[in-house]
Amino acid sequence: MSAVGRKSEARAGWAMSAPALAAITIFFVIPAVASLVLSFTDFDIYALADLSNLRFVGFQNYERLVENPLFWKAMGNTLWFVALGVPFVVALSLFAAMLVNSRWLKWRPVWRVALFAPYVTTLVATAVVWRYLLHTRYGLVNYLLSLFGIAPIDWLGDPHASLPAILIFVGWKTFGYNMIIFLAALQTVPRELEEAARIDGAGWWMRLRHVTLPAIAPTVLLVSILTVAAMFQLFAEPYVMTQGGPAQSTVTILYFMYEEGFKWWNLGSGAAVAFLLFLCILAVTLVQLKLAKRGGAI
Amino acid sequence: MSLRRWTVTLLAAIVALMTIAPLLWMVSVSFMARGEASQFPPPLLPDSPTLDNYRMLFGTFGLGRFLANSILVSTLATALALLFTVPAGYAFAKLRFRGRDATFRMLVAALVVPGQIGMLPLFLELKAMGLVNSYAGALIPWLAGIFGIFLVRQYCLSIPDEMLEAARIDGAGEGEILRRIVLPLLTPIIVTLALFVFLSSWNDFMWPLIILADQNLYTLPVALAAMSREHVQDNELMMAGAVVTTLPVLILFLALQRFYLSGLLTGSVKG
Repeated sequence: MSAVGRKSEARAGWAMSAPALAAITIFFVIPAVASLVLSFTDFDIYALADLSNLRFVGFQNYERLVENPLFWKAMGNTLWFVALGVPFVVALSLFAAMLVNSRWLKWRPVWRVALFAPYVTTLVATAVVWRYLLHTRYGLVNYLLSLFGIAPIDWLGDPHASLPAILIFVGWKTFGYNMIIFLAALQTVPRELEEAARIDGAGWWMRLRHVTLPAIAPTVLLVSILTVAAMFQLFAEPYVMTQGGPAQSTVTILYFMYEEGFKWWNLGSGAAVAFLLFLCILAVTLVQLKLAKRGGAI
Repeated sequence: MSLRRWTVTLLAAIVALMTIAPLLWMVSVSFMARGEASQFPPPLLPDSPTLDNYRMLFGTFGLGRFLANSILVSTLATALALLFTVPAGYAFAKLRFRGRDATFRMLVAALVVPGQIGMLPLFLELKAMGLVNSYAGALIPWLAGIFGIFLVRQYCLSIPDEMLEAARIDGAGEGEILRRIVLPLLTPIIVTLALFVFLSSWNDFMWPLIILADQNLYTLPVALAAMSREHVQDNELMMAGAVVTTLPVLILFLALQRFYLSGLLTGSVKG
């Protein structure tokens, strides 16, 4: 491809991309960079009123965060969400994809749409629905459990149950999306391969482990990277379902950032949280890529 | 063989039913009388279906206003996003200009940076521009849709260069080529992108929560979240609110699912 095309073509190229590039620069790139700068200032409600109150404070915001137990609580909770949520969502999505991909399945499009539907619903609305489903006394979930003789669980009131409760909701809401990605990958795995393994006497688990998973390893990696990022960005779920409680057991990093920035108006400190969140996502993703390379997935 | 067919299909049916059960129940409870859903065991169907909850929502709580806000913001967000990203996506795919490939590589790299990172500075930026607490402020993030540019570019790559060259030889200007030749070809991806933006902006919560302080400007999710904090006990009412909030996008998705699912694969697998 020649570096410079015809003059009018080049002019049109810039003219057509300029509005979008300008918007991206002003409303995405500059704020992202400014976040780092802001994190080294003491921007608070006084600076919001009068910019002359603004001072550079070096790493003070970060030092304060390290001493703040709620920050560590939010960090720990988010890591729990990642550690439990990623395998849970990946397994759930893969199971759904394999079910929908089964060649014995009738009316495939119907099931595919039904399983995908929760993904397009409004998060706040379904969080409200699930808060009710998980109600200790009247909730349908505890009712179903009671049929199996399980005592009612205080899903959103017990600090040990609240995080799994939100994860169940998140899994329900998002598995359809990953299922579609897995389905596309599964359709590229030759049926003969699985058939040959079956004839050799390999059971369901053996076929999954030695035939299907190696064939779709890059997709498993892709889905887990996407899910890690999603788990680091949980906000509306605790906001609606638990307000971070009980006993701060569902305060996520983003929830903490929101309160720091827009409840207490400590924007400098909030920006420091945002920047740390970005570093966390980046670090975990890089580790995943490294592990995958070593394992030969990509 | 036939037994296996039925077992697999039955299993899929059970899983699918469990998946949509919360949505079905949401609709069912929304027609129940006040307090009817607060019993054990929870009733599955309303004893005598009533529209009281909806009447109360639109009457006492003024949900119509929030519904109108949501429709306005999502429609404008969709129109603006298309206006900004479609020409850019086409330019990055088909028009040769200096710095194009380097710029595009930077955009792809920026795709991994979550939008929340810059939320606090963006808020300050919009405050300086006087856009806090306005519809315009709620619309701003949708202008900077890198994903949309990426999606349109992927699709444009399949347009043959000869077609564009032929139009140029016939003396058509670049803007004319985009309008007359390219846009008609892009219809499927434009529908897909419009659907993505409409659904995401409708469902968006954190940004409108931050930028809209005036209750009159609230979108449905923000209004619903505020209501749900005050009316924890009014399950039937809240379910009706959830129905009003989520049913429009659910219907839109069901009507246009083909466009949605194909776009999802272009966006994630090839990316």
